[in-house]
Amino acid sequence: MTRSFRGGVHPNDRKNFTAAKAIEVAPLPEKVVIPTRQHIGAPCSPIVKVGDLVKKGQVIAETQAFVSSPVHASISGKVAAIAEYPHPVFGSCSAIIIESDGKDEWVEGLPIKREWQSLESDELKDVIRLAGIVGMGGATFPTHVKMAPPKEKSIDMFILNGAECEPYLTADHRVMLEEADRVVTGMQIVMKALDVKQGYIGIEENKPDAIKVMREAVSGTAIKVVALQTKYPQGAEKTLIKVVADREVPSGGLPMDVGVVVQNVGTVVAVAEAVEKGLPLIERVTTVTGGAIAEPKNLRLRIGTTFAMAIELCGGFKEEPAKLIMGGPMMGMAQCSVDVPVIKGTSGILALSAADINSGDERPCIRCGRCVEACPMGLVPSMLSILGERGMYEAAKEKYDLLDCVECGSCVYTCPAKRNIVHYVKLAKAQNAAAAAKK
Amino acid sequence: MGEVKIEVGKLSVSASPHIRCDESIAKIMWMVNLALAPAALFSIYRFGLSALYTMVICIVAAIVTEYAIQKWQGKTITVSDGSAFLTGLLLAMNIPSTVPWYMPLFGSAVAIAVAKHTMGGLGFNIFNPALVGRAVLLASWPVAMTTWPTMASKLDGVTSATPLGILKLQGYAKLVEIFGDKMTMYKSLFFGSRSGSMGETAALLLILGGIFLIYRGYINWQVPVVMIGTVGVLTAVFGQDPIMHMMSGGLILGAFFMATDMVTIPITVKGQMVFAAGAGALTVLIRLLGGYPEGVCYAILLMNAVTPLIDLWLKPKKFGARR
Ligand code: SF4
Ligand code: SF4
Repeated sequence: MTRSFRGGVHPNDRKNFTAAKAIEVAPLPEKVVIPTRQHIGAPCSPIVKVGDLVKKGQVIAETQAFVSSPVHASISGKVAAIAEYPHPVFGSCSAIIIESDGKDEWVEGLPIKREWQSLESDELKDVIRLAGIVGMGGATFPTHVKMAPPKEKSIDMFILNGAECEPYLTADHRVMLEEADRVVTGMQIVMKALDVKQGYIGIEENKPDAIKVMREAVSGTAIKVVALQTKYPQGAEKTLIKVVADREVPSGGLPMDVGVVVQNVGTVVAVAEAVEKGLPLIERVTTVTGGAIAEPKNLRLRIGTTFAMAIELCGGFKEEPAKLIMGGPMMGMAQCSVDVPVIKGTSGILALSAADINSGDERPCIRCGRCVEACPMGLVPSMLSILGERGMYEAAKEKYDLLDCVECGSCVYTCPAKRNIVHYVKLAKAQNAAAAAKK
Repeated sequence: MGEVKIEVGKLSVSASPHIRCDESIAKIMWMVNLALAPAALFSIYRFGLSALYTMVICIVAAIVTEYAIQKWQGKTITVSDGSAFLTGLLLAMNIPSTVPWYMPLFGSAVAIAVAKHTMGGLGFNIFNPALVGRAVLLASWPVAMTTWPTMASKLDGVTSATPLGILKLQGYAKLVEIFGDKMTMYKSLFFGSRSGSMGETAALLLILGGIFLIYRGYINWQVPVVMIGTVGVLTAVFGQDPIMHMMSGGLILGAFFMATDMVTIPITVKGQMVFAAGAGALTVLIRLLGGYPEGVCYAILLMNAVTPLIDLWLKPKKFGARR
């Protein structure tokens, strides 16, 4: 029996564009644009100057703050500029632009060879921090921070998020199929670092091949593969934990409050690379897809490759894109330019045609209740949108649990009145934060 | 390989999500109209052209009123979304086919202008517009509104009381006597050979239309089941014939098509069940104790009024609420 959670929606997943396509290694880019902010938390400052020669894997930006993660050069070459540049999440951010010398050389001392079993928990966490690893599903929260919960929280379970519930995206799917052993190794490392015995891999049923391959790969280990119902947002942390562990993260709480740590597939592979080979996070697998892309693909891209370059590798646009998105269609961020670079959290580059979007004019809420049925968090999304629209931000927070909204977009997807509920939620959250800051 | 195109035109940068389902307000409203169509056509067949005229007047008046108001207020014209059409059609289904032309005209205009647009238009109205229209007509022209054509004879102008009317004034024995026996009475009620307002006569077709809406997910089955069930249970408790009550009057029409009007009922399924139970109980109360033989219309309107309270009281269970 497959387990499920309350609410959710069933969008057409459109994964057939790329699900059967093996990961293709992109050719070495001539130039990369590496923003100094690759993660949630304190930004890094550049430690190289214009004109410096850098090698692949060399640290080029860092900070001493704990909730932060260093940034590495993803190619070898010359620092051509350090300047403000469009950023896929923050709009604009200082970025280090490196021109390739065509040699693609590792910085001295890399790669190395190490047995993960020989390292202690603290050493593992250190390696992960120095390798600049962050959540690669899109949240980009520094991984070492997630792995160092406060003493009073005892963690007893690790869950690998192989749900990949966002439509269109197939990067995690392909990684599980093609690098199952790396996934398992990465998971074992994380479990050792966290000192947990229970490990689960949750995979949606629409990926039966991945379920099969991962089941084979984990045989002989303590890790179990759990088949999950195909339903969005199955891969949201709270719903994933609910289904896999039957634990409910309390309102306002974090997974660690119920003894669980969740990581994304790409992230644990990066952990395995860092621990066993000493390699920092300088590349990732990204699905480049959507109705406007000529030849959708799963690409292994260097961090800093621009969207334009990635799209070019996929044959360019076959029709005018109406929307360009970083991430999936449900929670990804709309972009206004193809010049933005791939960052550590770029799980997908999505160019949607007008037909894919199926938008319509926003109308008043007709109280049909579909959003209430769809909300996995048990909220009343229609009221959040109405209060947000009227500027009643505090009421949205106090009376309708604004802060419990995970912005999954299920409500908006299903709304016949095409209400931009998530837009109002983001607005109301920002206004409440601003009001709190004033006090 | 030809030239690779990577230039973009203007990109939309609105908030996530970036894809939407195929539903729309217009689709829902037209589906409800479609679900009502068989019963509406049947009433034209049974009551003749006068039913058609009344129906057309109701619908056209509703659409024209909405158009005029939106034009005057400088708002987007939304008459094509099917909701004004639905209000007109529902009002027609709730009145006798024999009323003079100006009554449906007036009722429909009041429904749209007062019940819908003074509240702010679709989505903001508290009361079901068609029912408000009917209530206003009943208060303004009580005689015309309760003079019913007999269907059996199909002759316009021949009138007789509705089954509930007979029950109220002459008693249950007389009612059964008119139909011959109980079985015939049930059959007539179910298949629509009895007098009444246009839409309430063909129980079977209304139920089929309702099942279609349930199947498409536009209404929740709990509403008609709880409302009709409440009427059945309470009338049985009071020693009445529950089967007759469940099939009479506007109950089936009301339970499937008006107590399910999403704008004016609670937003959660739990709340809708409370609403339906309340509407069923009030219906019985009015039928048995009130001055009117029928109470569905007022019962639903009264429950419309408490809908905001029900919504405040019955919110969904929040994820992670237990601490
Ligand atoms: S789905 Fe849209 S129209 Fe329906 S209740 Fe929610 S916000 Fe209102
Ligand atoms: S209200 Fe928030 S959590 Fe609920 S469905 Fe909408 S976006 Fe998701």
